Amino acid sequence: MTERIVICTQELVKQFNTRGGTVAAVDGIDLQVRRGETFGLIGPDGAGKTTATRVILGLLRRTDGRSSILGHDSMDDTYAIRACVGYVAQQFALPGDMTVMENIRFFANVHRVGRKERRQRIPKLLEFAGLDGFTSRPARLLSGGMKKKLALACSLVHQPQVVMLDEPTLGVDPVSRREFWNLLGILRAERELTIFVCTPYMDEAERCNRVGLMYRGKLIAHGTPAEVKGLVPGRLIEFTPSDFDRAMALVTGLEGVLEVQTYGLMLHVFVDETATRQQEIQCALSAQGITCKGMGEIEPGMEEAFIGLVRRARDSQ
Amino acid sequence: MLESLRRLGALIQREMIQLLRDRTTLGIALAIPFVELFLFAYAVDLTVDHIPTAVADLSLDDQSRALINALETAGYFDMDVYVADEEQVIRAIDAGQVRAGVVIPPGFSAQVERGNAQALILLDGSDSFTVQSGYSAASSIAQDRAMELMVKNTGRAGSRAGSSGSNLSGNLPISSPIRILYNPTMDDLTFIVPAMAGILLQLLAVNLTALSVVRERELGTIELLLITPARPMELMVAKMVPNILVTSLAMANIVLFSVYWFGVPFQGDPWLFAWLSLLFLVSGLGLGLLISTVAQTQKQAQQISMLLMLLSLLLTGFIYPRAPMPPLVQAVGNLIPLTYYVRIVRGIFTKGIGLTYIWNDVLALATYGAVVMVIAAATFKKRLD
Ligand SMILES: Nc1ncnc2c1ncn2[C@@H]1O[C@H](COP(=O)(O)OP(=O)(O)OP(=O)(O)O)[C@@H](O)[C@H]1O
Ligand SMILES: [Mg+2]
Repeated sequence: MTERIVICTQELVKQFNTRGGTVAAVDGIDLQVRRGETFGLIGPDGAGKTTATRVILGLLRRTDGRSSILGHDSMDDTYAIRACVGYVAQQFALPGDMTVMENIRFFANVHRVGRKERRQRIPKLLEFAGLDGFTSRPARLLSGGMKKKLALACSLVHQPQVVMLDEPTLGVDPVSRREFWNLLGILRAERELTIFVCTPYMDEAERCNRVGLMYRGKLIAHGTPAEVKGLVPGRLIEFTPSDFDRAMALVTGLEGVLEVQTYGLMLHVFVDETATRQQEIQCALSAQGITCKGMGEIEPGMEEAFIGLVRRARDSQ
Repeated sequence: MLESLRRLGALIQREMIQLLRDRTTLGIALAIPFVELFLFAYAVDLTVDHIPTAVADLSLDDQSRALINALETAGYFDMDVYVADEEQVIRAIDAGQVRAGVVIPPGFSAQVERGNAQALILLDGSDSFTVQSGYSAASSIAQDRAMELMVKNTGRAGSRAGSSGSNLSGNLPISSPIRILYNPTMDDLTFIVPAMAGILLQLLAVNLTALSVVRERELGTIELLLITPARPMELMVAKMVPNILVTSLAMANIVLFSVYWFGVPFQGDPWLFAWLSLLFLVSGLGLGLLISTVAQTQKQAQQISMLLMLLSLLLTGFIYPRAPMPPLVQAVGNLIPLTYYVRIVRGIFTKGIGLTYIWNDVLALATYGAVVMVIAAATFKKRLD
């Protein structure tokens, strides 16, 4: 059973010493990522996703707790981890002077990939990443999406069992983002690759088998996307009021309203029961001369769940 | 071991590609010590000849005129001002009108005949390069004159020279006491240029490795370097190898330039010099790596290397002799590779002496290099924090 667990952390803590004292960027998280699954670590900016990833990889020293990949301790067996894990950093971290081919060759050589395998794998990876036409282009001249794909190709050249991707689609257009996720899907299907991905995007979170919600260094929820969505109580009503600010203030105070979120010009209102509350809200608003369009119940998505859970965590802290 | 070598090969290739691709940086790295040495030596060269000089000739006879002529035709002194006595010469120097003075006492010809002639040369010590070049020029000219007169003397004295001519210098008829005003000791130019090459190369070596590591940290590329299985020692060696080539090339350039352009004579064994210079460069590169473990930004690295440059000028014996310094100050000097190299370079380059005379400095430099590498390897981070 335990050997199906690929990435494991227990009470993992990472503190930074800053001028204002110590900051706990990771504050006791317990994670388990199983073989062959895509795990999404989601959280707002500054939640500690990057820090957690780096500590698990052994790139940062941990302050407390335990963490391991494939049974190798992050601190003690750092080099064993490096041999079987691929990593794509949040920012582009390949030398821009070197060409696409030189970059990927470097990773093949430094991982001591044999000449024969190298000849097979590199063209395949480049083709797979859509970079086969750009092999002699310096990395700095690639587009944002191509840079991410190059980084992914470099992280895969030694055929790791696990890849850890830190916001791999940051600053990438929607089409490239979809392509990127399709690539990950192929990898997972072809070789049972375990994928650990940090992302602030909710649509990407929905693509994961399981997600962990991180907020201020703590894991505030985890499970399948459906389970996480189920953690937010109540039903969701959506509508567009004619006077946004007053409507929001009004609705927040009504009986049976659990939570109000803004969504562009729309309001998302969690209520304990749909039919009667919808009536009451409509009455209360029209009494104040506010009309509303398109009122109806919708399925809560990851985004609503995320906002709801983060807000609850913030209120309880 | 084999694994390590293969990783090292990949890392070195990565460094070489980047080094050769960034032509501007490479060009600047090679050109800067060159230009600095050129400017420096050219500035020295300008003050060397045609030093404005005041003359007080109290004899006004054949011999005194011949000496003044000799000083002037050699090109080092320009006899701009003729005054009445020594006091006025000093006044002219004080006023900044001239930078040197010659005083010839009355009855000079007769004294030359008797073999006890004395001429006084005064130099403006506030300008150290005038002192240096004036000193060597004047003393060699006086000596030349003396030898000439000496030959005349002995020729006239005939057989007497044959029996008692064992100690020529004791019989020099002209001695010119040289009084340096304000600043009594200076090295010779030929002593300064090779050591100057050393100080410039040290700066280059330290900067190359320190900045190359710190730049990776600033760009964030260090993260994907540390995520590879490469060990800290391999990363260090890979950072050094291409820079050994660059600094060796710069060193060879500078030495050839010193010898063929400035005419600084190279007296010693070129191979011995090459090997010891390599040892010096490696120590400098190692020191750069050590600095990179402390400095977080390129600016910090540059500040540290500027401090090192300043300490090198003051504490290594490059300009000021180390012997009179307090032990603590000497100990600080011992932390700089140039301290050992200054004596080595002067020994081999200028004096032409062999390993037997400088082995303790060579041993010290080798120990220094090894210690720096060990400390750098121990502190070189295999993590980001
Ligand atoms: N080296 C450091 N020194 C001090 N504080 C740090 C350091 N690195 C990160 N932090 C702090 O730790 C917290 C978590 O940062 P981290 O980069 O892990 O967040 P993140 O979830 O990856 O955010 P983002 O989505 O913006 O990348 C932040 O408050 C950040 O300021
Ligand atoms: Mg991050």
